[in-house]
Amino acid sequence: MVDIPYQPGRVAAASTRRRRGGLAAMMKRKSMVAFLMALPLIVLIGVLVIYPAFYAVHLATLNKSMQRFVGFDNFLFLFKRDTFWLVVQQSCIFAITAVVFKALLGFIVAHFVHNVPAKGQRKWRGMLLVPWVIPPAMSTLAWLWLFDPSYSAFNYTLGLFGAGPIPWTGDASWARFSVILVNIWYGAPFFMIMYLAALKSVPEQLYEAASIDGANWWQKLWYVTLPMMRNIIAITTLFSLIVTFANFDIVRILTAGGPLDHTHIFATWAFRIGIEGSDIPLGASVSLFMLPILGVAAIFILRDINKRGNES
Amino acid sequence: MASTLTIDKAAPRRNPGYGSMSRDRAWALKWSYFFLTIFAIFSLVPPLYMLITSLKSSQEISAATNPWWVFHPTLGNYIQLLTSNQFLTFFFNSAMVSIFVVTITMLISVPAAFALARMRFWGSATLATGVFLTYLIPDTLLFIPLFKMFATFGDWSGIQLINRWYVLLIIYPTLTVPFCTWIMIGYFASIPKELDEAAIIDGASWFQTLTRIFIPVALPGIIAATIFAFTVSWAQFLYPLVFTTSTDQLVLPVGIITTLIKGDVFNWGQIMTGALLGAAPPLIIYAFLMDYYIAGLTAGATKG
Repeated sequence: MVDIPYQPGRVAAASTRRRRGGLAAMMKRKSMVAFLMALPLIVLIGVLVIYPAFYAVHLATLNKSMQRFVGFDNFLFLFKRDTFWLVVQQSCIFAITAVVFKALLGFIVAHFVHNVPAKGQRKWRGMLLVPWVIPPAMSTLAWLWLFDPSYSAFNYTLGLFGAGPIPWTGDASWARFSVILVNIWYGAPFFMIMYLAALKSVPEQLYEAASIDGANWWQKLWYVTLPMMRNIIAITTLFSLIVTFANFDIVRILTAGGPLDHTHIFATWAFRIGIEGSDIPLGASVSLFMLPILGVAAIFILRDINKRGNES
Repeated sequence: MASTLTIDKAAPRRNPGYGSMSRDRAWALKWSYFFLTIFAIFSLVPPLYMLITSLKSSQEISAATNPWWVFHPTLGNYIQLLTSNQFLTFFFNSAMVSIFVVTITMLISVPAAFALARMRFWGSATLATGVFLTYLIPDTLLFIPLFKMFATFGDWSGIQLINRWYVLLIIYPTLTVPFCTWIMIGYFASIPKELDEAAIIDGASWFQTLTRIFIPVALPGIIAATIFAFTVSWAQFLYPLVFTTSTDQLVLPVGIITTLIKGDVFNWGQIMTGALLGAAPPLIIYAFLMDYYIAGLTAGATKG
């Protein structure tokens, strides 16, 4: 597979070098080389991820013109605004509902794909993964057009069945439903593919043993499949919770937070205030509210990773 | 236990006592196909509707005919978009940004992953975990401080980075590098230690070990990471929305949304055509390299 040309001169040179430098010097050089190889990564993460994260905290304590330190005033101001509480409520509803449905749908679809004979699986998997492949900004435009109030294809179809036109993005609760629906459409394939990978790693013998012991379909699911998939379910759900909580594209394009700020989530509201309203400190304060949930999810994911690292 | 494991799959069918099992299986298969069809329709409606609308003239779109069918197909929308300078600029910007970001990402993350997977140094384990944690920090948390940082940098140095498409080359790697490094640490760690030990004993330098052994052996992982980096930078919407405003600096998703939607007038035929053309590169890559893409997708959350 890999051919390393035989280089007699090089071997000789290396062996003399090793004799001269000694083991300690080589180890020292090795860690130095390794550090240099990782240096661009360290610089990138330090300058463009860690520093801005802390800088956001600093920004959140400044006044609107960013000249005066105001402590927690931005946060206190937010707590007094009704819109803020709407955003908190909607962010939680949006993230939790979407993740639960994505996980359920992904689990169910993964089982169906797994049931199908191996030959046809590729085709189904390919079709079902398409929503995840299209850039969400592009596919949300298609949804926006499907939801269009006057020419919408959905309302036309509903009209055929005699159901009245639905104000998909015009009415607060329908708009909330719409953004969640689009998020489920976009994110369910990710769960499907993760769960499918997990299902494939469950040894077939376990199911055969269970059938011989007289286990029914439900018992096999509960006592064989779920315990074997537990790790992947946990990590995928936590990961998706972070991504969904921090979602921007779908809400921004579909409703832009409307009607009357009812579908704003932290990211879109922070954009509205910080970039469009040019109140950078207040925008930074809003986006910082995502930190606690990210932190909690990250701790759980990390614990899971370390646990599995110790097992293997 | 051992005796139950040796029964082969065909056994229940031969045994009349288990006759119901194969019937159950056939029944389950039928239902699987039924539900899979429903889910596939649900998945494919928006992209198909993009295609249907893109083939319609604006008269047909505003006519109250069946929206699910094209009665007078026309390529007018495609011709208009593909001959408009604006759209070609967006496409060009997107392509430039994505190609450069993929290159930068690979140049940073392949050596870093190699160093973290094989060559321990002080703090390397912490750094590996840190890389994964950075991957969890979303763009929606960082866009405001980054915007302020680049604005301050522009005031201080006189180098204006905001509203230039190449500012995205600096920012996108924060999204792609942590993930690509993370999955490549996994791939590199799965390569047998004997391979690189042999190479080192034969006198190869660490750099040669990386380029002659690790990169060829871990090529599937590197392809997966490349596809991932490309799709992420092609699809990114928030950063270009924040950092670029002039029409000639926009990338595709932002360009379509800001220039084709004028006020309340939606030119749906062209918007859908633009969206479909914008979705085409990832879809084409995915059609040919689906297995690599899925490998990259699953490696991210399962490895480690």
